[in-house]
Amino acid sequence: MFEYAPAPESVRPEIREHYGLFIDGKFADAEDGATFKSVNPSNEEVLFTVAEAGEADVETAVAAARRAHETVWGPMSGTERGKYLFRIARLLQERAREFAVAESIDNGKPIKETRDFDVPTAAQHFFYHAGWADKLEYAGLGADPRPLGVIGQVIPWNFPLLMLAWKIAPALACGNTVVLKPAETTPLTALMFAELCAEADLPPGVVNILPGAGATGAALVDSPVDKVAFTGSTAVGRAIAKAVAGSKKKLTLELGGKAANIVYDDAPIDQAVEGIVNGIFFNQGHVCCAGSRLLVQESIAEDVLERLKDRVATLRVGDPLDKNTDVGAVNSAEQLERIKSLTEAGSDEGAESWQPACELPERGFWFRPTVFTGVQQSMRIAREEIFGPVLSVLTFRTPDEAIAKANNTPYGLSAGVWTEQGSKILWTAERLRAGVVWANTFNQFDAASPFGGLKESGYGREGGRQGLEAYLDV
Amino acid sequence: MGSILSGAEAASLVRSLPGVDAVGLEARAAGLGTRSVKKASKAAAIDMAIGMIDLTTLEGADTPGKVRALCAKAVRPDGDAPPVAAVCVYPSMAAVAAEALKGSGVNVASVATGFPAGQVPLEVRLADTESAVRSGADEIDMVINRGAFLSGDLERVFGEIKAVKAACGDARLKVILETGELVTYDNVRRASFLAMYAGADFIKTSTGKVGVNATLPVTLLMMQAVRDFRRETGVQVGVKPAGGIRNTKDAIKYLVCVNEVLGENWLSPHWFRFGASSLLNDLLMQRQKLKTGNYSGPNYVTVD
Amino acid sequence: MSDRLRVKKTYKLYVGGKFPRSESGRSYAVTTPDGTELANAALASRKDARDAVGAARKAQGPWAGQTAYLRGQILYRAAEMLEGRAGQFAEELEAATGEPSRDAVERAVDRLVHYAGWTDKFASVLGGANPVAGPFFNHTKPEPLGVVAVVAPQDDPLLGLIDALAPVIATGNAAVVIASESKPLPALSFAEVLATSDLPGGVVNLLSGKVAEIAPWLASHGDVNGLDLGGVEDAALAAELEASAAETLKVVRRPGRAGASLDLVRQWTEYKTVWHPAGMASAAGGGY
Repeated sequence: MFEYAPAPESVRPEIREHYGLFIDGKFADAEDGATFKSVNPSNEEVLFTVAEAGEADVETAVAAARRAHETVWGPMSGTERGKYLFRIARLLQERAREFAVAESIDNGKPIKETRDFDVPTAAQHFFYHAGWADKLEYAGLGADPRPLGVIGQVIPWNFPLLMLAWKIAPALACGNTVVLKPAETTPLTALMFAELCAEADLPPGVVNILPGAGATGAALVDSPVDKVAFTGSTAVGRAIAKAVAGSKKKLTLELGGKAANIVYDDAPIDQAVEGIVNGIFFNQGHVCCAGSRLLVQESIAEDVLERLKDRVATLRVGDPLDKNTDVGAVNSAEQLERIKSLTEAGSDEGAESWQPACELPERGFWFRPTVFTGVQQSMRIAREEIFGPVLSVLTFRTPDEAIAKANNTPYGLSAGVWTEQGSKILWTAERLRAGVVWANTFNQFDAASPFGGLKESGYGREGGRQGLEAYLDV
Repeated sequence: MGSILSGAEAASLVRSLPGVDAVGLEARAAGLGTRSVKKASKAAAIDMAIGMIDLTTLEGADTPGKVRALCAKAVRPDGDAPPVAAVCVYPSMAAVAAEALKGSGVNVASVATGFPAGQVPLEVRLADTESAVRSGADEIDMVINRGAFLSGDLERVFGEIKAVKAACGDARLKVILETGELVTYDNVRRASFLAMYAGADFIKTSTGKVGVNATLPVTLLMMQAVRDFRRETGVQVGVKPAGGIRNTKDAIKYLVCVNEVLGENWLSPHWFRFGASSLLNDLLMQRQKLKTGNYSGPNYVTVD
Repeated sequence: MSDRLRVKKTYKLYVGGKFPRSESGRSYAVTTPDGTELANAALASRKDARDAVGAARKAQGPWAGQTAYLRGQILYRAAEMLEGRAGQFAEELEAATGEPSRDAVERAVDRLVHYAGWTDKFASVLGGANPVAGPFFNHTKPEPLGVVAVVAPQDDPLLGLIDALAPVIATGNAAVVIASESKPLPALSFAEVLATSDLPGGVVNLLSGKVAEIAPWLASHGDVNGLDLGGVEDAALAAELEASAAETLKVVRRPGRAGASLDLVRQWTEYKTVWHPAGMASAAGGGY
């Protein structure tokens, strides 16, 4: 037997014992002195304490952002703005490994993913949008696109640095200033990014980072920002949409999903199996666009499932900092509870659960990769977003039935289709009600490609030329 | 085993195989290539890889002296390093190799069938094979008729492999697909199955004599083919990437693929080989580095 | 004036390609600005709104599935029909607004022609191929949201209606429109234009009645994807409707200035991005 010895990543970033709020270019504690702790989800150890922004801090930060917008960043030429963003992109690339390790420690995701995906893609977003800063009039959005002003941004814990990049890079490129709230369980890379902004000599107030929980986010939404951009759950997105109703604030939302991954009987089968695995087990399934519903044509279902189980059995679950780890820790105790309760519902409702026989660490928040077969459209595990490494397998008989089942959800973020027949791909992609469709691939992302949903998965796009709309007054 | 199918049946089955998505295949291979194999597992992998090498010399300038030197190294590569799996030579050198390797446990592999182009009449290719077996070859590395394959004459390719298999007698047959000349992944998958249906004991990527030899994605694809073939027929077939695998890091990537795609059943020299020459010395130098902690140099391993 | 008794027109709703009365049996009197009674209009109920959404949903898929060229021709056909009845519409508009209206009708015709030309262009203007950093063909295309509920402007009963409606249907959506509350007659006549323009039944559904009564049912309806509040004059009601629409994350256009036509086209579409591997199937190394 060929066993791999532990292969721990050796770089260790400098993590401070305490972080403040980043307002107007400086770190400061919350006005009311509130703090909270950030925990390493793979071993439940406290990593650091961090100031928790309250209403007063939100007010100060928004005022700083307003000032920076009116006096520095708004008047600055696109060329100069772009150069700041290029500089940030380069600094991120230079410090990529530190960021990758920090992200892995704070979030629980495997170093393999932070190193090869999260951090490089975040840098790409800054590099890509930097180039837009002096070309906005060519974006096809009108002859004289103007910045909106101050943007309030709230991001989730699943891709902390990457979601920050998706939010901050286009906002800044378009001439806005930002106040961003990272998720309460994963503030670390946002705070390191704040340090990086200072290192890049970004003018004070252009980027403000306010760690906190739901109350901080709500205060930011209610503050006098010009626009709110949110990525997170549909429930919170709904609340934000209600909160800004009747105001002048613009809003873009990137919310939940329950993506169907359709595998036709003429699919490139081994690649499809990889796509299924990547679709649901990438980032522990903490992915809004995860391919959480496998819709496989009944005639090949048995074969696909056998191959899938063989493949899932080779996934290596464990220490996120081991370079060979495929599936890391669940981000929080709370999320683990949610995954457990939904999978219990799946079993109670009659679906059959399968898990590979992998050992899990004793401490930390862990969940085995799980495949549910015999799932029916009416079951909770086929309808609700689990946001964990749990795949629900359903079958279909005809292409029409595949489409009907795939679209039979209030969500509409992403979908997958696997077939070697080009016309069938186009036919299927045309009919899928989703903002992103992956054909013969899954979970691909790029700064040049717009991402976002339909229906209860939200509105607005991030990335690409189309993503600029969210940050411009055209 | 002999084939249970007619050429027409095999050709029809092979033509109906599902396609291969190139990007997905290459992404999977690249993913497996990121495995980090360190310390004890690296030492074990190095020794495993050494034991899987078909130490090869296939030059017009090969002489009995050169082959004997290679055989000596095959049996005792370096100190307590394990012997390699086989020495791979031209048919004219098979007898020399057999003599030199007698009783060592290291097999004699001989290329045959008009290696490397295979562009000689079938009777010559069969005579070539029989001669190599008579000279003491335990294993025959044949080339397929790429011209016939690319012209669509799958039945002919099938028939020729079957005939060579019959000429092999007890020798194990490795069928070289020459994937660099088949060009597409779909072709590689079809050729893999065709060879297996025709009775191949091993499918091998390359002769080492064309521009592109073994690559990780091609070998991964062939591993998936032997895995599927066993599921379908119960018959296990080996895989041999050959050409272009020059260092330890690459060799370990292939072993990781075997480990994660095929599993333990294939992790032995009986089912997996490296067709290589310079790879051995890199493995030996890495082995010394693990033992001493210092980087080794080419003068601390033998040239052959 | 002749002694002949004039045949007066009965104004009904337009739902699913038919002209029903309100299921509630209610109607309301429509007058000129100076109070002269013009006609009775159907006073649509929540059930009419529900039926209209059902008809719109049924029609939307096939409508979006038509070629853009055909959608353009149908919109152009509507312009032709409106032009042919310009006199009638000028009269109805003048009666409704108290102002000379020939010009407004002509502008409405021209607006329809303008949007007829957008149907087969907006996808290439808004979408395109994206140069992603990998072996993929990546393509973005705007697609219709689905069913869009429109509260038409109150003071500009024909041109305002067409400005709001044309971008909705040009892009392949189906519409449920609440006509100007006090001046619904030109809109209801416009339904006749649509009905004779080869526009499939259900693509446009027109309701007359009270915005405050009907709009909340549309704002909260689970099968409505977009909500145009352009004609909601009561700011508090608009805020309420927007908050209600938030429950199912509808795309909402707030009251206020309408942008350029392309902005309206964009308003009722959302982008779909499709990825496909584009690597050469090559075993000969370096496929891309």
